[in-house]
Amino acid sequence: MNMVSFPPRRSRGTVHVPTVTLAHGGGGKAMKDLVDDVFVEAFDNPLLAPLDDQARIDLLDLAQYGDRLAFTTDSFVVDPLVFPGGDIGKLAVCGTVNDLAVGGALPLYLSCAVIIEEGVSIDFLRQIARSMAATAQEAGVKIVTGDTKVVNKGACDQMFITTTGVGVVAAGVELGAHRARLGDAVLVNGLLGDHGAAILGARGDMALQSPIESDCAPLQGLIASLLNAAPNTRFMRDPTRGGVATVLNEIAEAAQVAIEIDEAATPLRDEVRGFCEILGLDPLYLANEGKIVAIVPPDEAERALEAMRAHPLGRQAAVIGSVVAGEPGRVTMRTIFGGRRIVDMLVGEQLPRIC
Amino acid sequence: MRYVDEFRDRTKADVLVKDIRRLLARIGRDERRPLQIMEVCGGHTHSIFRYGVEGMLPKSIELVHGPGCPVCVLPMGRVDDCVAIAERAEVIFTTFGDAMRVPGSRKSLLQAKADGCDVRMVYSPMDALALARKNPAREVVFFGIGFETTMPSTALTVLHAEREGIKNFSIFCNHITIVPTIKAILDSPDLRLDGFLGPGHVSMVIGDAPYEFIARYYKKPMVIAGFEPLDILQSLWMLLKQIDEGRCEIENQYARVAPAGGNAVALQAVAQVYELREFFEWRGLGSIDHSGVKVRDAYGGFDAELKFAVPNAKIADPKSCQCGEVLKGVIKPWQCKVFGRACSPETPLGALMVSSEGACAAYYQYGGIKRGRDEAEASVA
Repeated sequence: MNMVSFPPRRSRGTVHVPTVTLAHGGGGKAMKDLVDDVFVEAFDNPLLAPLDDQARIDLLDLAQYGDRLAFTTDSFVVDPLVFPGGDIGKLAVCGTVNDLAVGGALPLYLSCAVIIEEGVSIDFLRQIARSMAATAQEAGVKIVTGDTKVVNKGACDQMFITTTGVGVVAAGVELGAHRARLGDAVLVNGLLGDHGAAILGARGDMALQSPIESDCAPLQGLIASLLNAAPNTRFMRDPTRGGVATVLNEIAEAAQVAIEIDEAATPLRDEVRGFCEILGLDPLYLANEGKIVAIVPPDEAERALEAMRAHPLGRQAAVIGSVVAGEPGRVTMRTIFGGRRIVDMLVGEQLPRIC
Repeated sequence: MRYVDEFRDRTKADVLVKDIRRLLARIGRDERRPLQIMEVCGGHTHSIFRYGVEGMLPKSIELVHGPGCPVCVLPMGRVDDCVAIAERAEVIFTTFGDAMRVPGSRKSLLQAKADGCDVRMVYSPMDALALARKNPAREVVFFGIGFETTMPSTALTVLHAEREGIKNFSIFCNHITIVPTIKAILDSPDLRLDGFLGPGHVSMVIGDAPYEFIARYYKKPMVIAGFEPLDILQSLWMLLKQIDEGRCEIENQYARVAPAGGNAVALQAVAQVYELREFFEWRGLGSIDHSGVKVRDAYGGFDAELKFAVPNAKIADPKSCQCGEVLKGVIKPWQCKVFGRACSPETPLGALMVSSEGACAAYYQYGGIKRGRDEAEASVA
C-alpha cells in the first residue's frame, strides 16, 4: 500500500445546543462544530480527517482489488427514521454498499450528504451518525467525505441522507441481467418482504402491532461467498423498492427470457404473510434491504445455495424459480393452489384493497 | 398459517376440479357453449386471478367478472365531487387507499394530493374520526365507499361521532347496495348468465334472504362464496350440482363467516344512519333505482354532501370505454377496444382498470392480457 502523509490532527469543535438550527448550515463555526462533533466523531478515519473538499484516494491502492471502478449513489428518505431492525443511517450505508456489491464490486468508500430540518435534536443526529459508522465498519467501508445542509422547518421530513459509494470489481467478474439463459436458477438469500412490512407496520397508521423487523444488512460478505462458490453467476440485484417481482421483470426484459417462480418455494415469514393477507398486499412487491436475487447457471446452483446458507445472512436461502422457455420478458408464478399467474411490474404504489 | 393454508390446499383443489369436469360433461356443456357463471364480488375476481383458478378450470365453464368492486363502479362525477371537497382549505379528506387512483374528469385524489390538497389514506373510518378529534380546527371528511360490507363501519362511526358531539367530521357517502344491481344485470336483454357466485362479505351483513328472488323469479342459482381459492372452487362445484340435479336455490358455502340471517347489529346501525336514494349513478351501468344510500336527515350534520354543497355534476363515461359491457359479462376485458392500449393500470380510462379488484386490472396484472389473442398461452396451466 502507498504511504500517504496526513496533516497534523486539528482540534475538534463541540456542539453546545440541544437542537440543530439554521446556524448549523451557515458555513460558520456552528457548522464546523456540528460536523466535527457529530460526523467526524462517528466516522473518524484518516481520509476524512483533513476535512478537505474532497477525499483523495490512491489509484494504486484501488488497483490491488481489481480492474474496474464501481460507482453508485442513493438517497434515503425513509419514514419513520427509526424502525424495527434499523434506522435511516444503517439503511443509507447498507443501500449503497449493496448496490456496489451486487455488481460484483468490493465496496470501499462512501460519501455522506445529510439534509437536516431545523429543530432535529443533536442527540438524535449523533445516534444516526453512530449507526452509520457501525454499519460502515460491519460492511468494511470508510465514510471519507460528506456534506451537511440545514433547511427550514417543513422543507424536509427531519432528515434526508444521500450516500455515494465507490468499489472495485475484480478482474474477470462479469455480471449483467442480459446474461440470463434458459435453465438458469433464480435464488434469493432468505425471507422476503421483511423491510417493507416492518416500515408499513412502524408507520403505525393501521393500528397493527407487528413484530416484523427490517432485514436491512450489508451483503458484501454473502455476495463474496456466493461469487466464490458460483463464479459464473450471471446477475444479481437487491430487490429493494418494487420487491422481487420488479427485479424479476427487469431481468426477464433485459435478457428477453421468461422466468417462472414457484410460490411454494418462496421463503416468507408467517408474520409477513399474515400482514399481507390482512392488508391485501402482495409480498413479492414488498421492499427488501438485506436480500439479493441471483441468477445462477444450473450446474452451479447447488453450490451457490450451499454457500449462501453457510453465511449468517443466507440461512434461509432458496431456489425460487428458473429461466424457462416462454414469452420473452414475462414472469409467471406457479401458485400454491396449482394455478399459474403472471407476475407483472408494479404500477404506482401498492394501495391496500378496501374489502 | 392456520385458517389460510387449509383453504389453499392443492390436493383438495385437484379433487374438486376433477368433479367439476365430470359435472360439466354430465350437464352437457363444452367449449363451444360454456356455462357462464358470474362472480359478483371484486374480492372473488382478485382471488381467481391471484391463484390462477381460471386456468385450472375446463373451458366448458366461463367466469364472468361482475360489478362488485365499489371503486370500479364509481362514476367520474363523484370523484370530481371528492376533489372539490378536498380542495377546500379547511378539509382533511380521508379515503381508503385504492380509491385514490380513480380518475375524475379533472384529476384523481392522488393528483389532488400532489397539488397540495390534504388527502390522507386511512384503513378505517374510525381512523378518520380520530383525526377529527385531533384536529378540531379542521373539517375531516371520510370518503364512504363500498357495498353493505363497509356500510356498517361508516354508520357506526357516524353514531360514535354523534355520541361524542364531534362536529368537524362528515361522510361523503357513496355506499351502494348489491341487490338492485344484480337485478339490473338480470334484467339486461343481452344477459347470458347461468348462475352466480354470491358476495360473501355483503352476505355476512345482509344474510341470504335478499337474494331469494334471483332463484325464484329469474330461475338462476346462486352460491354465496368465500374468498379463498378452495371456497371458490367448492362454490362452483355446488352450483354445478344444483344445475345437474335440476335445483335452483340460494345456497351458502361461506356459512363459517356469513350467517343465514346476516348481522342484526350491523343492519340496525345501517338502518339508523342511512336511507335509500331514489337512484344512484353507476359507472358503466348507468343509473340504477334504489342502488345507493345517503345519510338520513337526522344525521345531516355528518353528511359532507350537505355540508359542502358538492358540484354534483354528471360526467359521461369516456366514449371509448366498454366498462359497462364488461361488467355485465357481455364482453371479456380483453375484447374492449382500449384494453391494454389506451387503458392500462398506469393510465386507467375505465374504472375497471383502477382497482386490483377490477376485472380489467386483474386481467392485465395476472395474466389475461394476451388471452383471446392467444388463448393457448394463458391456459398452459
